[in-house]
Amino acid sequence: MIQSEQTDRQTLIKLQGVRKIYGTGQAAMEALRGIDLHIEEGDFVAVMGPSGSGKSTCLNILGCLDTPSYGDYIFKGITVNGLDRNQRAHLRRNYLGFVFQGYNLLSRTSALENIELPLIYRGVHIKERQRLAIQALDAVGLRGWESHTPSELSGGQQQRVAIARAIVTKPAVLMADEPTGNLDTVRGHEIMDLLVELNKTQGITIVMVTHEPDMAAYTKRTVHFLDGLIESDKQNGKIK
Amino acid sequence: MLWDTFILAFREIRRHVLRSLLTVLGIVIGVASVITMVTLGNGATVQVTEQIASLGSNLMMVSPGKGGHGQRSIAPPFKLADAEAIAREIRSLAAVAPSSNQGVTAIFGNENWATTLTGSDNQYFNVRNWTIKTGRIFSNSELRAGAAVCVIGETVREKLFGKQEALGKRIRLGKLSFQVIGLLQSKGQSTMGMDQDDTVIIPLRAFQRRISGNQDIGMIQVSAAEGASTEKVQEDIEHLMRERRHISSSEDDDFNVRDLKEIVKMLTGTTQVLTALLSAVAAVSLLVGGIGIMNIMLVSVTERTREIGIRLAIGALESEVLMQFLVEAVVLSSSGGLFGIILGLSACAGLKGVLQVPFIFNPGIVILAFLFSAAVGVVFGYFPARKAAGLDPIEALRHE
Repeated sequence: MIQSEQTDRQTLIKLQGVRKIYGTGQAAMEALRGIDLHIEEGDFVAVMGPSGSGKSTCLNILGCLDTPSYGDYIFKGITVNGLDRNQRAHLRRNYLGFVFQGYNLLSRTSALENIELPLIYRGVHIKERQRLAIQALDAVGLRGWESHTPSELSGGQQQRVAIARAIVTKPAVLMADEPTGNLDTVRGHEIMDLLVELNKTQGITIVMVTHEPDMAAYTKRTVHFLDGLIESDKQNGKIK
Repeated sequence: MLWDTFILAFREIRRHVLRSLLTVLGIVIGVASVITMVTLGNGATVQVTEQIASLGSNLMMVSPGKGGHGQRSIAPPFKLADAEAIAREIRSLAAVAPSSNQGVTAIFGNENWATTLTGSDNQYFNVRNWTIKTGRIFSNSELRAGAAVCVIGETVREKLFGKQEALGKRIRLGKLSFQVIGLLQSKGQSTMGMDQDDTVIIPLRAFQRRISGNQDIGMIQVSAAEGASTEKVQEDIEHLMRERRHISSSEDDDFNVRDLKEIVKMLTGTTQVLTALLSAVAAVSLLVGGIGIMNIMLVSVTERTREIGIRLAIGALESEVLMQFLVEAVVLSSSGGLFGIILGLSACAGLKGVLQVPFIFNPGIVILAFLFSAAVGVVFGYFPARKAAGLDPIEALRHE
């Protein structure tokens, strides 16, 4: 049943023999040592592994923020490793959303304006921008907090705003880098519930880096990294 | 998109009001001084030009003594014959007016007024471009006889007569009584702040007999004919006077011929040199202002590294980040320019009364100053903007 569903889905992300080397010569450090990974549309993947295992490097490459040193990254049929900075910026703008551990909202800027930011770069008109931003704020359950600045919001609320900012463009993939890392367990679970709901109702593919097994348990699939290689890649039996 | 960038720039500047104000101070001072200098310079030039017209075109003044005033007493004074010789022997002259003057107190009824008394003939009105408002100039018989009649300037009329009719009244000049036969059309102030209308003119012979008591002539005023070379006329007069005053070729002149055009040229020249000098100072100030903007923009880029990282990660293009910082620098510098323009123009309006220079609004220089201040923003904002746009989003996001 699950198997047939997966074959129907389109492969969104394809990593083939991806290696990433930082530095040169003696000081060269191989962060990724040959990664093969396929992610289909609608998947919810947790990337786990100890510090220095290469999971963040991998997420940066998946998020088109970085390029592999060797190997291919094919996103939606586009070979990303051949693209320049601007072309990758266009990919991020049109298909990707980011949620970071440290929220990374613009300070002294209202929640609504933070959410509008990616729409500005898409050239969306102000009226439409506000409409979509309010919609996104609604989706993360923060209706009524439009004019609050990040310093007036709790950590959990800030992360919700960040998620709203990431989904307001209806991205193909949401890249989340330890989204619950700065939150207490209760808030963390709330954020995970929200991500699961977004994955389920809006069909957004989510790739999430985490080192908390609790949080990884919410996802459909867990990929374990160790020393720059994929150690294991399992479907999670039960989705909470 | 561009509009959003502008709003963003304004908001960012508003967040650091004091810092922004200090940053643009250099630009403000630079632009304000350019505006002030050029506007005042223009005013002075216009004033000098008007002065030429009011003093009489192609006016030359021949007076005894060398260039410096101190030596005047040593040189023998002119006589009427000198003026007649000039009129007779120099060609291409429109008018020659011998004149003497002296300070005098004019009295009418209870009013008295210290003024300058000039003795001359009717040619004087021509060389000095005076026109008669009411009344008449001297008659030939009055000139020959040295009659006790006078033509008075507007200031003298106002001080002595106020609202009363002046024509036909008798005023006292020194010990003698003169009848007012004419009123001069007002000319206003001269470049040096002298009131030209503060004058009383009487026949030369009356001046010599009744005021000075000798046959001397203080000055011969000459106006060259239209189109004649003033240099040539000046040379001819110098030649003639050297001959008449028996000056050997080894000696210097003991008189001088001043061409009014030269004085005017000198005055405008001074104004222009001053304007150029202060413009140079202003340019340096603009340069320093520009560097100040660059400095603050670099600080701002460092402070906002994380913000730049967020924008880049979200999908801002390099060119969009570049534009954001460039627009911010330009908004900063051109608002400095705007402040400078306002400051400069109000300074001019304020100084108008003190310096007695007319305020002439020059839209060209205002536009130029504004564009220049904006250009300063582009030039000095480019490097910091380039730096911001070139940041690596991953590094920038990690920045604390």
